[in-house]
Amino acid sequence: MYNQITSNKRKSVVLMAVFIAIILALGWVFGRYTGYGYGAVVFAAIISVIMSLVSYYSGDAVALSASGAKGPLKKEDNPYIYRMVENLAITSGLPMPKVYVINDDAPNAFATGRDPQHASVALTTGIINQLENEELEGVIAHELSHVKNYDIRFLTMVVVLVGIISVLSQWFFRGSLFGGGRRRDSEGGNAGGILAIVGILLIVLSPIIAELIKLAISRKREFLADADGALLTRYPEGLARALEKISAYSAPMKSANAGTAHLFISNPFGKKVAGLFSTHPPVEERIKILRGMA
Amino acid sequence: MIFLYVVLGILALLAVWIIAVFNRLIALRNRTDEAWSDIDVQLKRRHDLIPNLLETVKGYAAHEKEVFAQVTAARSAAMTAKSPEDLAAAENQLTGALKTLFAVAESYPDLKASQNFLRLQDELSDTENKIQAARRFYNGNVRDFNIRIEQFPSNVIANTMNFKKREFFEIENGEEREVPDVKF
Repeated sequence: MYNQITSNKRKSVVLMAVFIAIILALGWVFGRYTGYGYGAVVFAAIISVIMSLVSYYSGDAVALSASGAKGPLKKEDNPYIYRMVENLAITSGLPMPKVYVINDDAPNAFATGRDPQHASVALTTGIINQLENEELEGVIAHELSHVKNYDIRFLTMVVVLVGIISVLSQWFFRGSLFGGGRRRDSEGGNAGGILAIVGILLIVLSPIIAELIKLAISRKREFLADADGALLTRYPEGLARALEKISAYSAPMKSANAGTAHLFISNPFGKKVAGLFSTHPPVEERIKILRGMA
Repeated sequence: MIFLYVVLGILALLAVWIIAVFNRLIALRNRTDEAWSDIDVQLKRRHDLIPNLLETVKGYAAHEKEVFAQVTAARSAAMTAKSPEDLAAAENQLTGALKTLFAVAESYPDLKASQNFLRLQDELSDTENKIQAARRFYNGNVRDFNIRIEQFPSNVIANTMNFKKREFFEIENGEEREVPDVKF
């Protein structure tokens, strides 16, 4: 458990470093290719550092607003949910997280924040209404395990940083289409050609790298959070039944978004896009493991 | 000469290991103490609710003095108990007394309908749930700490440094009272 925390903190730092390196490389290629030179690198350096800090300090706000979460919930708004989260937080020895509600019939939930002191748990109205008491407890315990393991820090930073890389690579792609020709006319030669190839490689690779990062980070985490959550409620069957109900609901969430999909307990796009690039392990497998614990 | 270096090397490794085990034990002990203070917070909240509850019940059932005395006595016993074992016994006593109080309340329809009474009953059962939650967190920490103290080889260090095993905290769940009687 505590190894998982250390590993998550380390990965967050590595992610930040990789992000800065990719942005610098993009800036460098962009600068050479379009004629802005080192100015573009300096600009990229400033942007990447600022964005890293934003992802650390306000990544949770970005993730919450991107998924249309309302809150934080006060005790009077919904004492049933508030107390359930409060009691499970006490059981796991965590401070009370902020609770947000997403107005959506699709049952889903996620946790975000930079550490347990600045954590938020978001639940859709669908999950609150459709799940029984002990099923919802299983789900909240799963989310609190993400909080405890510092999964939330890493995953929240991924939301912002990977999001920026994919946006930038799209801009860059346009830049190379429209700005590139002019340069080749005046200079020509090998240097321009090599840079073009590097540029195209980066454009092609960065979304794939982004996807791979998301992939590598999520699957093991979900299994671990399932196990820790079950340990918290002492009732793995609750989470197993919750996952069954969640996966039986096939319609996607209204606010489903590729940038935040990996935060959720189950894929917000519904069932159809599972497969190679899915960020979540198959639900059947998770249920089988949970049933094996009981 | 080489022999000396080897011996020195082994001693250095041993020292590092002892420090690591010692620090781990300290961390576990502090975590257990912190978990205990969580229980204290919830128990205090429970104790604070009881005078209000008694006042409310007295307003409708003033002559049930025996039950009031029983609850008051159990409450003050629980507030003075120190060790986890004593405290658990005292809290169980209090849970029993409260059960009697709520059983008595059953025969006063006006009391049962009183908003204040319902609110206090709700608060109390919420607090009891929280005591259970805090208790489970504490017991989990005690388990980890005790395992460290008993397991070889860390037990050698734990014993020489005089680390004492902690007691689990076991109390009845007041929730059992909540199970309604269904009659047709």
